[in-house]
Amino acid sequence: MVPTTYYVALSAVLFGLGVLAFVFKRNIISIFMSIELMLNAVNLAFVAFSQSSGKLDGQVFVLFVIIVAAAEAAVGLGIIILIARHRQSLNVERMDLLKL
Amino acid sequence: MNAPLVVFFVLAVLAVAGALSLIFQKHPIHSALSLIVVMVALAGLYLLMGAEFVAAVQIIVYGGAIMVLFVFVIMLLNAGLEEHTNISKLAGFPGILLALALTGFIGATVARSAGLTQVTSGNGNISGALSATRELSTMIFKNFAYPFELTSFLILIAILGAIVLAHREN
Amino acid sequence: MDFLSAHAEIIITLIKIALLMFIVLTVNAYLTWFERKVVAHMQSRWGPHRVGPHGLLQPLADGAKFLLKEDATPAGVDKFVYFLAPLLALGLALTSIAVIPFGPDPIRVFGHNVYLYIANPSIGLLVLFAITALGVYGVALAGWSSNSKYPLLGGLRSSAQMISYELALTLSVVGVLLMANSFNLTEIINAQSHPAWGIGFLGWNIFSGPFPQILGFFCFFVAAVAETNRVPFDLPEAESELVAGFHTEYSSFKFAMFFIAEYTSMITVSCLCSILFFGGWLSPFPQSWTFTYYLPSLLLIPAGLWIIWDGIRYETIFGKIILPGLGTVFTLIGVALLLPPLQFINVFIQGPFWLLGKILVFLFVYVWMRGTLPRFRYDQLMAFGWKLLLPVSIVNVILTAFFILLRSKP
Repeated sequence: MVPTTYYVALSAVLFGLGVLAFVFKRNIISIFMSIELMLNAVNLAFVAFSQSSGKLDGQVFVLFVIIVAAAEAAVGLGIIILIARHRQSLNVERMDLLKL
Repeated sequence: MNAPLVVFFVLAVLAVAGALSLIFQKHPIHSALSLIVVMVALAGLYLLMGAEFVAAVQIIVYGGAIMVLFVFVIMLLNAGLEEHTNISKLAGFPGILLALALTGFIGATVARSAGLTQVTSGNGNISGALSATRELSTMIFKNFAYPFELTSFLILIAILGAIVLAHREN
Repeated sequence: MDFLSAHAEIIITLIKIALLMFIVLTVNAYLTWFERKVVAHMQSRWGPHRVGPHGLLQPLADGAKFLLKEDATPAGVDKFVYFLAPLLALGLALTSIAVIPFGPDPIRVFGHNVYLYIANPSIGLLVLFAITALGVYGVALAGWSSNSKYPLLGGLRSSAQMISYELALTLSVVGVLLMANSFNLTEIINAQSHPAWGIGFLGWNIFSGPFPQILGFFCFFVAAVAETNRVPFDLPEAESELVAGFHTEYSSFKFAMFFIAEYTSMITVSCLCSILFFGGWLSPFPQSWTFTYYLPSLLLIPAGLWIIWDGIRYETIFGKIILPGLGTVFTLIGVALLLPPLQFINVFIQGPFWLLGKILVFLFVYVWMRGTLPRFRYDQLMAFGWKLLLPVSIVNVILTAFFILLRSKP
């Protein structure tokens, strides 16, 4: 059996790498993908705790997280397409005005 | 060194390699492919823990729909290589250190607060693989019926939002 | 020997994988022959008939061509993704055969039970859908990495089509799942083995149960044809429209990989249709008619005799030798299975025989559609998927659930 601590450690490492990607990348789509990486890391922690505690609530919550992430990705990518059309660039540093 | 531990390490190395590749690749499509590798590795880890329905949903929804959406948008917007910006190299090192510290804090706090220092026996709820999906669905539709309806409403709003956002003014 | 018996499971699985890959690739090759012959005969011409008797060695010639042709890589492609796309398509298509059960009973070999599947997970059907969902990447990445406008357009259109029809595909089998109460393919077949009045085919999902799954079968088959990019849904790769769609810039072996992936997914869809809706390995005859167990061997004998008769009158000398030889082999096997010493094999080959028969029928329907139907225009295709198939499959789910509730005793 794999101890639950190992799963939680992996989840923390993936979350930290997601934060690193979020901070260091310049392309807005890559930043969005790092958010998905962080959500996945949290999902792993949920399933690990669900397995160790013997209740299924963790897995149900993982399903809801996946659904919400899907909805968020759809709307977020729609916004990104709009901004990229106006700004002609995908670099986050060019999107620094409140006015489109 | 039993078989589950070996499988765990292989999948964990694959996931971390995918995440590192996401950071260090210059083209967004390569980052997207690395993220798909991470998701498949995580689905393998869910299977290892006995959560098979969650593993299947992870691949079908995350890997087969959300990431396809990302790949489509990258192709449509013709995203090229990342531009070279004048980011301050000096601020990079404290940044990495702080991210590592954050990782350590999160991991230590979560592990300590749940009291998980010993090997757990795992599959208490999953009484035989055949009924895991059935129990999960019973739980969703009985105990969590209201959040379930709310999330379906949320998806409807997201679909409407995406259509409105992508609509071109004629 | 001790090492072998200690790790027997893994070694048996590895041998099964190698055998299944060999069989699937051979069936693929002869499926191309079958398609060319059938489409040709539907168009009143002969098809391949020069390479070997009746063109039977044509797949070998095609294979040699694919291996020996020049493999040109266009300039400006993204090398990693360009090489990854056909590998992904082929790998995923071949992996999906692993969860399909080919028969009910295991074989006893050296004291080990060898089952007729490579893996039987309790979520077998979801695994197949997961592999289908990942298959979109092969097409999208191939189109994008070719650095040319026709493949890019073809790849985008093709992957948008596959995503749209995936919804109808997964919803249309929910009726079957409600009636079988499990995702496991073996259990789905076993749930169809309780026919009314003991007559075999009345137990199949498409005819029986609280609500016969006719709508479900229609939705599933049409969505699966669109998923595999076959006629009438093959606009993104049709020759007269977009050169060759997403695989324009691929040549020789990489193109062969896309080709094999397409035919393998055809075979997987035919397997799924027969398992989910037509009873899989169950025989259509009543269970009390045990004399139908001799049907496979009884079919082999006239087939062998007909091949001998046809071979004797064949034009080339090569055909005059090979065909009668092949026919004699078939006749002898058929006769041998009827004789008492080997009669126990007849009971065993019932399951695989019926499953393979149904798979052949569906493959013939696929090829028949290719020879007959014109193709959809792209906007008609998307409208068909979203406005017709998706509502019909949802209605199927609602009606099936309603009738199951009506029939269940509270």
